[in-house]
Amino acid sequence: MYYKSTGYRTFTVFNYLVLLLAGTLCVLPIIHILAVSFSASAPANAHLVGLWPVDFNVESYTKTMNNPNFLRAFLIAIERTALGTFITMSVITLAGYALSKDSSALRSRSVYAWFFVFTMLFNGGVIPTYILIRNLHMMDTIWALVLPGAVQVFNMILLMNFFKATPKELEEAALIDGAGHFTILFKVYLPLALPAIATLSLFSIVGNWNAWFDGLLYINDYRNYPLATFLQTIIVTQDFSKLNPDVNELKNISQRTVKAAQIFIGILPVLLVYPYLQRFFVKGIVLGAVKE
Amino acid sequence: MQTTTKALRAPGIQSGQARMKGFLRRTWPLHLMLLPAVILQLIFGYLPLGGLVIAFKDFKPYDGIWGSAWVGLEHFRFMFEYPDSKQVIINTALIAGLKIMFNIAVPFIFALLLNEVRRSSVKRTVQTLVYLPYFISWVFLGGILTDMLASDGIVNSLLNSWFGIEPILFLGEGNWFRFTVVLSDVWQQFGFGTIVYLAALAGVNPSLYEAAEVDGATRWQQTIHVTIPSLIPIVIVVGTLAMGNILNADFDQIFNLYNPLVYEKGDIIDTFVYRTGILNGQYSFGTAVGIFKSVVGFVLIVIGYRIAYKLADYKIF
Repeated sequence: MYYKSTGYRTFTVFNYLVLLLAGTLCVLPIIHILAVSFSASAPANAHLVGLWPVDFNVESYTKTMNNPNFLRAFLIAIERTALGTFITMSVITLAGYALSKDSSALRSRSVYAWFFVFTMLFNGGVIPTYILIRNLHMMDTIWALVLPGAVQVFNMILLMNFFKATPKELEEAALIDGAGHFTILFKVYLPLALPAIATLSLFSIVGNWNAWFDGLLYINDYRNYPLATFLQTIIVTQDFSKLNPDVNELKNISQRTVKAAQIFIGILPVLLVYPYLQRFFVKGIVLGAVKE
Repeated sequence: MQTTTKALRAPGIQSGQARMKGFLRRTWPLHLMLLPAVILQLIFGYLPLGGLVIAFKDFKPYDGIWGSAWVGLEHFRFMFEYPDSKQVIINTALIAGLKIMFNIAVPFIFALLLNEVRRSSVKRTVQTLVYLPYFISWVFLGGILTDMLASDGIVNSLLNSWFGIEPILFLGEGNWFRFTVVLSDVWQQFGFGTIVYLAALAGVNPSLYEAAEVDGATRWQQTIHVTIPSLIPIVIVVGTLAMGNILNADFDQIFNLYNPLVYEKGDIIDTFVYRTGILNGQYSFGTAVGIFKSVVGFVLIVIGYRIAYKLADYKIF
C-alpha cells in the first residue's frame, strides 16, 4: 500500500504540519484580540501582548458593559436578529411548502418559481433601494433592517427541496383524515423538517448579527444603530461626525483593550453558534452547490 | 341510474376520493402561504428595479423619480470620461481578478492536502479551524486587521524583530493595500472554498485508485492521473461562474479596510458608488455606475455558464 512507503510517510508529517499551521493561522487573529482585551492597558498600548494576556484583568469588559451606547447597540442587534430570523423563517417556510407541491396541486407553481428566481438574478442595487426605503418612510425604523432582505430565495429553495423529499404517503394519510394544507404543514412537515429549519435559522442569525451596511444606510440616529454598525462607525471608520462628541466615548475608544473587548463581544455570538452551524452546513451547501 | 351507482360505492372510499379532489381543487391555502413572500419581493425586489430609470435621468429628490428630467446616456458617458471612475474600474477588475484566481487555486490545493489525511480527528479539527473566518463579519475582521497591521502593530513588530524589516504600511500604501486585501480575502475564504472540492473528491470512484494501485502507481502518480482529472470539471464550473464577479471586489472588505490614503489604488466600484452616489447625493450617476457593473457581471455569468455547459456539461436547472 502506498501509505506505508517512506516517501509518503515523510509527506504525511509535512502535510499535517502545513494543515495544522494553516488552521491555526485562521484563528490566531481572534486569539490575539482576545488576549489584548484581557490585558492591562499599558502593555496593550505598548504592543507587548501576543497570544496571552499580560497583567490579566477584566477592566475593559466592565468598561464596555458600563457604556450605555454599547449596551443599547447590543440590545438593538439582538432585537434585529430575533425579529429578522423569525420573519425570514416564517416567510420562507410557508412559501417553500407551497412551492414543494407539484404543478397538478398548484397550477401556477412555475410562475411563482420564476417570480422568485428572477429576484435572485436581478435587483435594483443600493441606490434605488435606498430611495425606496426613504419614500416608504421606513428610515430610522427596525423594519428597514429586517424587511428588505427577508425573503432569502436560496434558502427557500433548499427548504422546498427538503419538503419535496418528504414521503408523499404521510401527506396523503393526513389528507384522508381531513387535514388541510396548513394542518399538514404544521403537524406533518414541520416536525420532520426541524433540523433543516434549525440550520437555516442559524445561518439567518449569523447573517442578521453580522449585517452592518443597512444600518449605516437606513439609520440616521446613531442611537438606533445595531452593534455591527455601531462598531463599524466608532472602531473601523472612527467616524465621530454622526455621534455626539461624547468625551467618555472618545476616551474609551482610544484604549486598545476596550476596542478589543468590544470587537470580541461582537464576534462572540457567532463563535457560540458556530459549532452547531458547521456540523450542518457542509451538507446543506453541498446540496445546493453541486448537482450530480 | 345515478342514485344506484352511488349507492353501490362503499361510503368510505367515496368520501375519500371526493376529499382528495376537493383538496386538489382548493389551492387558496397555497396561494395564501405564498402571499407574504410575494408581497415582500414585489416591494423590495421589484420596485427598486423601476428606480433604475434614474440612471437615465437627472434625479433630484424633491422632483421625485418621475418629475426629474431625462438626460439619456449622459451619466454613462461621464463615467467613461471621468478619470476617477476609469481608475476605479481598473482597480476593481484587478483586485477581483486576483481574488478569483487565488480563491480557486488555494482551496484546490488545500482540498488535495486535506484529502490525504487519513486520521479523521485531524481532518475535522483542521476543517473546523479554517471554515471559521468565513462566518465573521468584515466589520470585526477589519477592526482586528487594522489593529494588527498598524505600523506599530503585532505583525510589523514581529517582522522587525525576526527579519529586521522596517515597518510596512499594509493599509496605508496603495500597492501594499492591494496585496493585503487579496491576501486577507483568501485567508477568510479559502477554508469555505474547499467544501465544494471535498464534495467532489468524495465522489471519485474508489475502483480507479484500486486499478492504479494494481498498476503500481505511487500516490503522487495517482494524484496526477486520477484525483486531479476528476476535479477538473468542478474547477471549470467554479472558475467560469466566478467570472461574473470580475467587477465584484467585495464592498464589505474594502470599506472596512480602506482610507483616503489608498483611494487611488484601492477604491472599487461599490465603495465609489456609495461615496459619490449616497454620501455626495449623486444618485443618478451612482446608479449608472451600478448598472454598468451589473450588466458586465450578467454578461460574463451568461458566457461563463455557456462555457461551463460546453466543457463540463454543467446545468443549473
